[in-house]
Amino acid sequence: MDLKGKKITVHDMCLRDGMHPKRHQITVAQMVDIAKAMDDAGIPLIEVTHGDGLGGASVNYGFPAASDQEYLTAVCREMKNTKVSALLLPGIGTVDHLKMAVDCGISTIRVATHCTEADVSEQHLTMASQIKGLDRVGFLMMAHMIEADELVAQLKLMEGYGANCVYITDSAGYMLPDDVASRVALARAELKPETELGFHGHHNLAMGIANSLAAVEAGANRIDGSLAGLGAGAGNTPLEVFIAVCERMGVETGVDLFKAMDIAEDKIVPMMDHLVRVDRDSLTLGYAGVYSSFLLFAKRSAAKYKLSSRDILVELGRRRTVGGQEDMIEDLALDMARARGTI
Amino acid sequence: MSKKVKAAIIGPGNIGTDLLMKAMRSELIEPVWMVGVEADSPGLKRAREMGLKTTADGVDGMVPSMRADGVQICFDATSAYVHAENSRKVNAQGAVMIDLTPAAIGPFCVPPVNLAQAVAARAMNVNMVTCGGQATIPLVAAVSRVQAVSYGEIVATVSSKSAGPGTRKNIDEFTRTTASGIEKVGGAAAGKAIIIINPAEPPLIMRDTVHCLTVDEPDQAAITRSVLAMIEEVQKYVPGYLLKNGPVFDGKRVSIYMEVEGLGDFLPKYAGNLDIMTAAGLRTAEMYAQEILAGNFVPHATQAN
Repeated sequence: MDLKGKKITVHDMCLRDGMHPKRHQITVAQMVDIAKAMDDAGIPLIEVTHGDGLGGASVNYGFPAASDQEYLTAVCREMKNTKVSALLLPGIGTVDHLKMAVDCGISTIRVATHCTEADVSEQHLTMASQIKGLDRVGFLMMAHMIEADELVAQLKLMEGYGANCVYITDSAGYMLPDDVASRVALARAELKPETELGFHGHHNLAMGIANSLAAVEAGANRIDGSLAGLGAGAGNTPLEVFIAVCERMGVETGVDLFKAMDIAEDKIVPMMDHLVRVDRDSLTLGYAGVYSSFLLFAKRSAAKYKLSSRDILVELGRRRTVGGQEDMIEDLALDMARARGTI
Repeated sequence: MSKKVKAAIIGPGNIGTDLLMKAMRSELIEPVWMVGVEADSPGLKRAREMGLKTTADGVDGMVPSMRADGVQICFDATSAYVHAENSRKVNAQGAVMIDLTPAAIGPFCVPPVNLAQAVAARAMNVNMVTCGGQATIPLVAAVSRVQAVSYGEIVATVSSKSAGPGTRKNIDEFTRTTASGIEKVGGAAAGKAIIIINPAEPPLIMRDTVHCLTVDEPDQAAITRSVLAMIEEVQKYVPGYLLKNGPVFDGKRVSIYMEVEGLGDFLPKYAGNLDIMTAAGLRTAEMYAQEILAGNFVPHATQAN
């Protein structure tokens, strides 16, 4: 694989996807401390939001330690070079949240839908297009669930609504490098040449780095990851590792590798409530194609109703659940527990 | 032969057509007009075949003759954006507007919770909240009538096939209007609504989760009784309104897991989200019709303002 001379933008997820393994309890002070260190390390873009995006504060997904507004305000005003993005899932957050985030100082809005439902992002991407200078990203989740041609048709919808960048998102950490390459390559061939292409990986099958490289080779120029992999499931593509690999391969990220490694080791890992890594349950997510943030919910329901969390996750995959259906987990666990006589 | 109140349906799409099929069975409502905007709409053709007058010129196409045709109740199954104009025009002709869009310019109506008050208030425009609202607000109310609810949250999961272009373009209106209904009709101090669209095949039956946070420790027995009683009330007009699990109590959290299967009139059975809207809209119209037929209420023309 020859990627020498390619320039890419890496986007850190610790302060958004990383909210999942932290049950959304990262404090404002921790966010500011980590964001400033990332700014100093030259990470160009970081995401700051509730794990489930703007407006994610809920019984269903968890109430965060502070509001999106508090996090964004505190982080944005401290950034010298690093830009801040916010995530928005239509159906959870609204254009009101989007406007609030813009007022807080974000430079990028990422509007995320399930891979087949891009048209629910029209309202938000259209509105975002009217905000001068706002970087607009369409983000298609669970992209493994449909074929490349179907996926590209959905990406085109987002491009049409005004996204200047579209993402192929492996929310379940299920994809293998060929799955990524074929989707990204077709998207690159079919979308406008000026539309940027991104890939967001999860490390559930330990494919984060390999998949991200495959994406870059096929034409993606934005890659999501998180330092020390702090993210849902087995985490996102471990960003310091990816940056090191990029350096070895001659791909320019503009990030100071050693500073990135130090943040991962000295700030992110000590903050973890549990070691975010490939283990039985997170591997099951990748194997069964399940939305990564279901992990802790399945563990909690398994403990409460005396079930195996792996069994719950496998069943959620079999039922083809999509992102956001966290409410399904306790409901399903109750059905399973009744069937097995554990309640 | 019992007398019926004549009605018009605006919007010959899935919702309008399902509503028409339900209304044809009504003992109190007689649908006489179907209003659309596209001449070749299959919904208009179907309505014509069922004996209704139709127009493809929108509400303006019906207005000149609606008084002569005796239309006293209109249903709007179009979109939030055009609803206000539609409502103004039919109100000016003396017809009550039942709003199935999320426009919510009139008071909310969730039949088992506040239909009687809405009818008693003689409102010339009532809003049916949203599909997710119709499926969940009765249960928020079932908890809040037992004890104070500081926060009510609902998660509605609908099949991709049952989420029409209106819902998709206006997804924010769904979340806002439903959240507002959870507060105003459900009785929660604060409300939040989430909608998830799932494309699985075969399509999943509408699922609804209701989470309430009570101010004090929940009275488990009283809440369970109240919830079960409310479910029976909804089942009177949506027989497929089923409790899957719960109420589950966890500290001050009360969670109820529901599934809503439709009657399968025009829309498939999995589209319980659409069925509960049309069923609730018709139930509301029938209550108005009873009042009109009993001479208790004469819908009056309202001035455009």
